[in-house]
Amino acid sequence: MSMDVAIVGVGLHPFGRHPGVSGIQMGAVAIRKALADAGVEWKDIEFAFGGSYEVDNPDAVVALMGLTGIPFTDVYNGCATAASALTLAANTIRLGDHRLGIAVGMDKHPPGAFSADPRDYACPLWYGQVGEFLTTKFFGMKINKYMLDHEISHQTLARVVNKNLRNGALNENAFRRKPMGEEQILESPMLNYPLTQYMFCSPDEGAAAVVLCPAEDAHKYTDKPVYLRATTVRTRRLGAFEVHSTWLPEAESVGPTVDASRAAYEMAGIGPDDVDVIQLQDTDAGAEIIHLAENGFCADGDQERIYAEGETEIGGRLPVNTDGGLIANGEPIGASGLRQIHEVVLQLRGTAGERQVPNRPKVGYTQLYGAPGTAGVSILTV
Amino acid sequence: MTQVPVADGLFTWPGDDPQLIGSRCADCGIVTFPVQDSCPRCASTAMDEHLLARRGTLWAWTTQSFPPPAPPYVGPTGKEFVPFGVGFVDLGEVKVEARLTTTDADVLDAAVRNRTALEVVVVPVGTDDDGNEIVSFAFTPAPSNPEEHPA
Repeated sequence: MSMDVAIVGVGLHPFGRHPGVSGIQMGAVAIRKALADAGVEWKDIEFAFGGSYEVDNPDAVVALMGLTGIPFTDVYNGCATAASALTLAANTIRLGDHRLGIAVGMDKHPPGAFSADPRDYACPLWYGQVGEFLTTKFFGMKINKYMLDHEISHQTLARVVNKNLRNGALNENAFRRKPMGEEQILESPMLNYPLTQYMFCSPDEGAAAVVLCPAEDAHKYTDKPVYLRATTVRTRRLGAFEVHSTWLPEAESVGPTVDASRAAYEMAGIGPDDVDVIQLQDTDAGAEIIHLAENGFCADGDQERIYAEGETEIGGRLPVNTDGGLIANGEPIGASGLRQIHEVVLQLRGTAGERQVPNRPKVGYTQLYGAPGTAGVSILTV
Repeated sequence: MTQVPVADGLFTWPGDDPQLIGSRCADCGIVTFPVQDSCPRCASTAMDEHLLARRGTLWAWTTQSFPPPAPPYVGPTGKEFVPFGVGFVDLGEVKVEARLTTTDADVLDAAVRNRTALEVVVVPVGTDDDGNEIVSFAFTPAPSNPEEHPA
């Protein structure tokens, strides 16, 4: 059996727009907070993994922290970047090479939808020239089909956004902290049917960091360690309905989230019924609905009732995106998954303040998903 | 105005009854679109050019209601932008992503529910630096009686 890994410190630079503050500077703020939370100093850190999309070299943060010569590896893996940094950091401890390390994610995106050269995603140039190389269009297609197949209403999309913005209002680190009525969400401009403007998250800026050690060392640093029971990353298989696909085969397959989720449950020896607090990738309102089923928390179609009855609220049976998710926090790609871990750690410690899930949650779950079909899942326990 | 296809080898051109050009794996039989030189299922490099059916049914759809980032988008942007539909059309041996000639939600929703036949057509999508009209493929509701409009 592999060695258990504990999270003993978490830190976050607020998500949003921060003119004049660089991605690296936000990363340093998150690291300092995580170190203080663990009660350690930078010179105690033996290794680091850093994730970013916009920052070429997250390891340059050592110039702001201290040039201690540690191995510092940069990773980029799309929207699953933070899950990859966390997985690699945990595995480094499991290998026995080091006993105290940090995973940090940072990003500073310009406003607007992500754009890139289609050829960098193994897509032909014409796919972008005709206007099909857009992630938002894929999300519209995917949830539109899902709604038709499983009888999900437009109102349920609005309920997701309404909930996440209300949760964001309770989170001092969130980007969007103003609640919004369901009608306003539904009546905002249609971007990619059935998804309106307020049903999408925004690329933004922020950073998050996590300090890890072997479970047996955890009590040296904290009296409330959180154990990382599983971290998995998977990519799409042939037949999955994925972003940036010019074609799909006739035979359908489940998405990478399903594969990452099943592997994580198996690794942790924990099932969806055991989970008390959930963070899901809500790039758009539809993604949260689909991911609730893909991660085993309900059957396809049950979401219509689950959201109507408030089960995904902080006080409900399945609290989802208690810190407001991507819809309230935006998505600095490199940091987004560590923001989820930060929230789950606070929830499992019982220190999430106004947004604390009641009855002492013991098991937390996080999921990331993004282009071109990559997913990451983590399961944490106290 | 001279018309130029957005890419060579994407669809038969010129001609009245355009067909999309895909690949078929000689080893496992999977069909891809567009042409690719290795198989995404069995990794074979024995891929043969394969013309796809002109008609299919709508499997999934959305609308593109804001201008895509340009470049790479070659169509009109800003106030000149014209929204378009996008969907996956099931051609029986492969599903292809394509622009759709309508953005009408009721029409597209009914097309999925009723398995309405869609047919591939060539449509203008933008203008190149030399003033040529760039054309690409799209799917449109097919004429109701295929006998009168041979494919």
